[in-house]
Amino acid sequence: MREIALLFVALLLPFAPGEVAGQDGEDPKVWDTGKGYFRVSYESRLHPLAINRIHAWVFHVETANGDTVNDATISVTGGMPNHNHGLPTSPRMTQSLGEGNYLLEGMRFHMAGLWEITVIIEAGGQQDTVVISLTL
Amino acid sequence: MTPRRRKMFGLLIVAFVALWVWWSYGPRTPATWTSADLSVLRSLSLDSLPALPADPSNAVADDPRAAKFGHRLFFDTRLSANGAVSCATCHQPERQFSDGLPKGRGIGLSGRNTPSIVSTAYSPWLYWDGRRDSQWAQALAPLEDPVEHGGNRMQYVRFIANDPDYRSEYESIFSPIPDFSDAARFPDAAAPIDDSQINAAWQSMSASDRRLVNSVYANMGKAIAAYERLILPGHSHFDDYVGAVLRGDDELSRTILMDEEILGLQLFIDEARCIECHNGPLFTNNEFHNTGILSFPGDLPDRGRIDGVRKVLADPFNCLGDFSDDRNRNCPELSYVRTGIELVGATRTPSLRVLADTAPYARKGQQATLADVLDLYNRGPLAMIGHNEAEELNLSRRELNQLEAFLNTLDAPLATAEEWLKAPK
Ligand code: HEC
Ligand code: HEC
Ligand SMILES: [Cu+2]
Repeated sequence: MREIALLFVALLLPFAPGEVAGQDGEDPKVWDTGKGYFRVSYESRLHPLAINRIHAWVFHVETANGDTVNDATISVTGGMPNHNHGLPTSPRMTQSLGEGNYLLEGMRFHMAGLWEITVIIEAGGQQDTVVISLTL
Repeated sequence: MTPRRRKMFGLLIVAFVALWVWWSYGPRTPATWTSADLSVLRSLSLDSLPALPADPSNAVADDPRAAKFGHRLFFDTRLSANGAVSCATCHQPERQFSDGLPKGRGIGLSGRNTPSIVSTAYSPWLYWDGRRDSQWAQALAPLEDPVEHGGNRMQYVRFIANDPDYRSEYESIFSPIPDFSDAARFPDAAAPIDDSQINAAWQSMSASDRRLVNSVYANMGKAIAAYERLILPGHSHFDDYVGAVLRGDDELSRTILMDEEILGLQLFIDEARCIECHNGPLFTNNEFHNTGILSFPGDLPDRGRIDGVRKVLADPFNCLGDFSDDRNRNCPELSYVRTGIELVGATRTPSLRVLADTAPYARKGQQATLADVLDLYNRGPLAMIGHNEAEELNLSRRELNQLEAFLNTLDAPLATAEEWLKAPK
C-alpha cells in the first residue's frame, strides 16, 4: 500500500513544479470571494507560468457549499500593486467549459514581481470579488 | 584658530578627501550571486531564447525561397518613388540594421528614429508605437510612406509583374500573378494613401481588383518577413559570462567580465530596476512604457502607443484581416489588446542587444549616447504627457559608468550567415 502511494507521488512529482511555479509558496490554491458567496481556483494553461507569454487560464467557480456554478459571468482586471500599473492585456472570459470551469483568454505578465488579479464573479443574482495574488 | 587646531582641521579635511576618493574610485568586488540571482541571469542569457515563434499568418515565413526573394526586395532601390531608397537605406546591415541618424532619412525625414530589425520576429508588435502586428504587415508601410519609399502598391505589384526575374521568383513561391495590364482597371498609381489623386484612383477600382493588388502586395511583405526572420542576435560576452557562472566556473567567469561590468549587471537586475522592462533573453518585454523622455526639439510630445493601438486595430493587413494565412485567425495579442491612459506617451521597450551600432537612442534619437540615456533614468523627470513609470534612481556617477560598462558587454556580431548581411548578388 505504502509503495503504491509512494509510486503515485513519484509519478506526480514531474508535474509539481508546473503547478506551483509562479505562485507564492504561502498562497492558497482555493480562494473565498470577499462576501463569501463563492470559492474559486484557477489553473494556468502555461506551465510553468512565465513572463511575456500570452496564455489562458481555466477558472473554477463553486458556491460556498461546494456546488459548481455554470452560469457565471466573470470579468478580470489586475496589475502590480508595487509598480502602480495594470495588466498588459485585457483578458476576457470566452467560454463556459462546464463543471464550473471557465476559459479566461489573453493573460500575460510583462514583469517579474507581485501581481494581483481581481476577479468579479456574477451568478444567480449575486456578485462578489476576489483578489488573487501571485509572484512571478 | 591656534596653529595646532588649524593643523588638525587640515588633516581632517585631507582624511575626508581621501575617504571620498577611495569611496568613489577605489576597487570594488562584486558580491557573489544568490540562487535567485542565478535564475535571473539564466533568464537573460541568449541560451534561454526559445526557437523562433511560428507566424501562422505568413505561410512562407520559413520558406527559404521566400527569404531569398525577400532579401532581394529588402535591398532593391527600385521599390521607391525616386529609385534611390531601399529598406537597407535606413536599415543598414553594417550598423545592425539601423542608420546612425536621429530620424530616418529616405525621400524625406521619417517621424522617428530607425530601430534595428534584429530579433523583431520575436515581437508581437512592430514600430515604437506597435502600430503593426507582424513583420510582413509592417514591411508594407514604409513602401507607401511618402517620406520613406514614397511609392504606391499598384506601382510595386506591377513592377514585380513586369520584371521577368522577379515574376518567375514570385510565381514559384506564391501563385501566378494576375494580369495588371488593363489600364482601365488598373491605373498607373493607386493606393489608399494621403495623396488625393492616388487615393481617388484606388477608390475608383472595383473591390475585387483591389483585392488582387492587395494579395500580391501582402505577399511581397511576407517574403520580406521571411528574410527578416533570419536576422538574429549573437552570443555576447555577457552570455559567455552567464554560462560560466551557471556551470560554477568562477575562475573562467572572472576572465570574461571585469568587476565594474559585473557591478553594472548587479545594478541592472536589482537597484536600478532596468530588468522590470528590459527582461528576458532579448532584454525587452515588448510592452509599452513611458520613461519620461523629452520630445524631439520642435515636435509635439509623441502620444506613442495610445495612437498605435488604434492604428493596428484598423490595419487591413493585421492578424485578423483578410490577408492572414491563418485560417483560424488565432490572434491572441490583437484580440486581447489593451488600451487606456497608461499608454499615453508609451513606446515599446527596445532590445538592448544591439546598442553598440544603433546610436542615437530612443524613439526620436533624442539621446546621443548611452550616458545620456542613463542620465535620464537617473533623474526620472516628469513625463511631458502621461506618467513616467521609471522612477528617479539617484545613482552615483560611478554606478552609472558601471551600468554603461555592463550594457557594452551585450555587444556581439549577429548570429546570421554573412550572405544575408549584404546586398544579394
Ligand atoms: C527612410 C528610412 C526607412 C526606410 C526606407 C525603411 N524604414 Fe523601417 N523603420 C524606419 C523608422 C524611422 C522606423 C520606426 C518608425 C516608428 O516606429 O514610427 C522603422 C521601423 C521598422 C521596423 C520595426 C522595428 C521595431 O523594432 O519595431 C521594421 C521591422 C522595419 N522598419 C523594416 C523595414 C522594411 C522591411 C523596410 C522596407 C520595406 C523599411 N523598414 C524601410 C525607417 C525606415
Ligand atoms: C518602465 C520600463 C523601463 C525601465 C524600468 C527601463 N527602461 Fe530602458 N527603455 C524603456 C523604453 C520604453 C524605452 C524607449 C524609450 C523611448 O524611446 O521613448 C527604453 C529605452 C532604453 C534605451 C535606448 C535603447 C534604444 O535602442 O534606443 C536604453 C539603452 C535603455 N532603455 C536602458 C535601460 C536601463 C539601463 C535601465 C535601468 C536603469 C532601463 N532602461 C530601465 C523601458 C524601460
Ligand atoms: Cu511592474
